[in-house]
Amino acid sequence: MSDSPNKSFTGKAAGFGKLLSRGWAVLLAATFLTVALPVAAHDDEGGAKAGQAKHIDAKGDKCVRDVAYMRRNHMELLKHQRDETVHKGIRTTQYSLKNCIGCHANEKTNSVIGSTDGKDNFCQGCHNKMAVKLDCFECHSSKPKAVSGDAMHPLVAPSAQPDGKDKQSGLSGKLPHEGTPTFYALAGVKDRMRWQMQAKLAGLNIGEGVK
Amino acid sequence: MSKVDNSRRNFIGAGAAAAAGLVIAPGVTLLDMANARPAGEAASSAKRWGMLIDSTKCATGCDDCVSACGKENGLTSTGHPQTDSQWIRKIELKEIRTGKSHSLPMLCQHCAEPPCVDVCPTGASFKRADGIVLVDRHICIGCRYCMMACPYKARSFVHEEHHDQNPDVPRGKGCVEACTLCVHRIDKDQLPACVEACAAGNHGAMMFGDLNDPNSEISKRIATYATTQVRADLALNTGIRYQGI
Amino acid sequence: MNNNAFHKIEQGVFYALVAAIGLIALIGMGASYYMEEHGHVVTGMNNQIVWGMPHVFAVFLIVAASGVLNVASIGSVFGKTVYKARAPLSGLLALAMLAGGLTVLMLDLGRPDRLIVAMTHYNFKSVFALNVFFYTGFFAVVAVYLWTMMDRKMNGYSKYAGFAAFIWRLALTTATGSIFGLLVARQAYASALLAPMFVIMSFSFGLAVFTIVQSTMYKWNGLVLDEAVRRRMKNLLAIFVAAVLYFTVVYHLTNLYYAKQIAFERFILLDGGIYTALFWVGQILLGTIAPLALLFHPNAAKRGRIVFAASSLIIIGGMCQLYVLIIGGQAFPLSIFPGMVESSSFFDGEIHSYSPSLPEFLLGLGGVAIAGLITTIAVRVLHFMPSDDFHHVDRRTIAD
Repeated sequence: MSDSPNKSFTGKAAGFGKLLSRGWAVLLAATFLTVALPVAAHDDEGGAKAGQAKHIDAKGDKCVRDVAYMRRNHMELLKHQRDETVHKGIRTTQYSLKNCIGCHANEKTNSVIGSTDGKDNFCQGCHNKMAVKLDCFECHSSKPKAVSGDAMHPLVAPSAQPDGKDKQSGLSGKLPHEGTPTFYALAGVKDRMRWQMQAKLAGLNIGEGVK
Repeated sequence: MSKVDNSRRNFIGAGAAAAAGLVIAPGVTLLDMANARPAGEAASSAKRWGMLIDSTKCATGCDDCVSACGKENGLTSTGHPQTDSQWIRKIELKEIRTGKSHSLPMLCQHCAEPPCVDVCPTGASFKRADGIVLVDRHICIGCRYCMMACPYKARSFVHEEHHDQNPDVPRGKGCVEACTLCVHRIDKDQLPACVEACAAGNHGAMMFGDLNDPNSEISKRIATYATTQVRADLALNTGIRYQGI
Repeated sequence: MNNNAFHKIEQGVFYALVAAIGLIALIGMGASYYMEEHGHVVTGMNNQIVWGMPHVFAVFLIVAASGVLNVASIGSVFGKTVYKARAPLSGLLALAMLAGGLTVLMLDLGRPDRLIVAMTHYNFKSVFALNVFFYTGFFAVVAVYLWTMMDRKMNGYSKYAGFAAFIWRLALTTATGSIFGLLVARQAYASALLAPMFVIMSFSFGLAVFTIVQSTMYKWNGLVLDEAVRRRMKNLLAIFVAAVLYFTVVYHLTNLYYAKQIAFERFILLDGGIYTALFWVGQILLGTIAPLALLFHPNAAKRGRIVFAASSLIIIGGMCQLYVLIIGGQAFPLSIFPGMVESSSFFDGEIHSYSPSLPEFLLGLGGVAIAGLITTIAVRVLHFMPSDDFHHVDRRTIAD
C-alpha cells in the first residue's frame, strides 16, 4: 500500500472522482471483508454480517489517506494531530478527530460509536472486532457538531455525498468473487494478522503523548 | 485554512452596536480579523492572553459569565454540587473591617508561573506559548496534585461520566479540568464565552486581550488604572487582573 | 541455625491466613474497580477535599515502609548485631508496605489505566514525578540489599548496600514530605518542616509496624523474644515517638506565631470538630502520650504485650495524624482574598465537608492486605525470621 498522502484530496467530487470512488468502495469493502469474514465466520450470522460490512459509514468521497493506510495508522495521525492541537493550538482540520467523525458518523444515529439497526457504528464496530480499547469517546463527543456557520465538511458538500446503495452496486459490479468467503479469508489472512497486531500495539499507546 | 466566520462577524456587529458608548466597547472588537492566526500556525509567545475584570461593574447576583461558560463548555449540573465542575464562579466578598462588599468572577488565573504546571507529574498541566494554562487530558492521570497546588481553587476533577460534550470541548471522567480561556474560540478569533456574555449583557465588567501588546486596550487600561493580581504575594504573575478590589 | 522455626506455623493455619488476607486484598481491588467504573462520585472525595481516605492509607504505608527499613539500617550501617538479625525481615516489610501503599495510590487515580503514562512522561520539576523515581528505585535498592544479606557469597557487600538503602530511604521520605511541603497555596502545608517531620514520622511508624509483625511472628512460631532485645527496641521506639511530638509542637508553634496562620491553627487545635478531636485524642493522647507511658512502664521490657499495645497505639495515632494533616489541611478553605470574607457556590470561605465512603476505606484496607499478603508468603517460603544467636555472645554488646 502507499503511504503517501492522497493528492486528490480536495473535496471536489467530479465525474472522474465518482468513477474513482466506485473503485474505492470496492477496494474498501474488499479489505474490510478480509478482516470481517474470518472473524464473523465463527458466528451463526456470519454471512449476514459480511454482507453488511460492504457498507462503510462515510459521507465523503475519499478518506484523507488511502484506506489501507488509515486502517493501520489512523491512530498515529490522530495522536500527532492531538498534540499539535492541544499543545500548540494548531487546528488544521485534515487529520482532526472532528473531521473523522463528521464523515464517518452513522447517518441515522449520527454517531461513530454505539450501533444502528443492530450493527456497530464505524469506530466501535472495528475496535470491537479487533478487541482494541477505544478511549477517545470518554471525553470526545462521538457526534459531529450541530450544523452552524462554521461546520466543517472539508471533503465534500453534503449534496455530493454518495449514498450507500451506490457503493453496493459498485461492489457487486466490480468484484467477481464477492460472496465466496474463502477467497477473501485466504487472501487477507496475512494482512489481517499484521493489522491486528499493529492495532493492538497501537492500542497500548492510546492515551499516551508523543514525548 | 482561514474561513470567513459569519457567526463571529454577526456577533461583533451586534455586540459593537449594543456596546456602543461603553468604555469596554473597543475591547470587544480588539480581536481584529487582521490578528487572526492561521489554523496551521502554532500559538506564539509574542502574545499573552489575559483578562481584566472590573469588580465595580460586576453585580451581585449576576451570573451571565458563569452560565455562558457552562453552555459553551458543556458544564451541566449533576445534582452533586460538591463534585460538579466549576470553571468560573462568582465570589461574593466582604471586607472584614469595613463591611464593603465586592462581587467578582473567579476563574483560572492563567499564571505565568503556574503552580499546577510545576507539580504535575506527567506534564499534562502545561502553559501554552500564548500564556493559556491548560490540561492535556490525554496524559492526565487524575492524581489531583494540581488541585492541591492551585491557590485559586480554579480546578475541578471530573467525578462522573459525561455524554454529549461540545465537540470543541472534550471532557470526561477521571481527569482534572479548568477554564481554558475558551482556547477553541480564541483559536478561531473569538472572545471567551464569559467575556462575550458580559459584553452582550451590557455589563462591561470583563475585558479580554493581549497583555504583551502595549497598544491593546487591556494593556492601556492596566497601565492607566490600579489593578490587582489575586494572591499577589505568591508572585505568580497572573494573566487575569482585577480592578476595584 | 534453626530453620524449622519458620515452619512451626501449621500448614492449614498458613493457608487460612493467606486466604483471609487475600480476601481483604480482593475486596479492596473490587472497591477500586467500583470507583473506576462509577467515577469518584461514589467516594467521599470532591472538588474541595481532593485527596481522601485512600491517601491517608497510602501515605501511611509509604512512610512506614521507608521507616521499617531503619531496623536493617541500624544493623548494617551502624553495626548493631541485634538489628542485623532483623535486617531481612525489615527489608521485606519495607518492600511489602511500599507495594501496598503504591497500589492504593495508583488505584485511586482518576485514570488508573494510564499508569503507563505516569511511567513514560515525567515533569522533573514535580516532586510527585521525583517520587515515582524514588519509589521504583527503592524496590531495586532494597532488593539488592536483601540479596546481599541472604546470599552468603554476597554478605561482604551488605554494608554498602545497606548504606545505599539508608540514604535512599531518607531521600524518599524527604520527597514524600515535600509533596505536601511544597504546596505554596495551602496553609496546612507550604512548610519545609514537613520533610524532616515525615522522616521522623517514618522512623516511629516503621518501628511500630516492625515490632508488631515481629512479635506476631514470634508468637506463631512459639518463640520468645529476648528481654534485652525488647528493651533496646522499645527505648528506641519511645525516642522516635517523642521526636514526632517535638516536630508536631514546633510545627504548630511556628504557625501560631504567624498572624496569617492563626485562623488555621484555631481550626485544627480548637474548633475543627472531628479534626480537633483526632488531633488531641487520636494523635496526642492515644498516639503519643499513651505509648510513651506504656514504653517507659517499668515492666515494658519484660512483657511483650505492653510494647505490642504501645506499637498499636502509635499506628492508630499515626493514621490520625495523617488524617488531620491531609484531610484537615484541605478542609480549611483557601484564603484567596485575605482580609475578606468569601462566599460562593463553590464552597469558598467555608469549612469543607468530607465523609469517607466504604469503597475508599476498603481500597485503603486492601493496600494493607497486599502488604500483609506479601509478608506472610515471603516469610513462609524464605528465611526472613529474625534468629538471635547471641546467647553465647557478650551481653554487653546488646545492652549498650
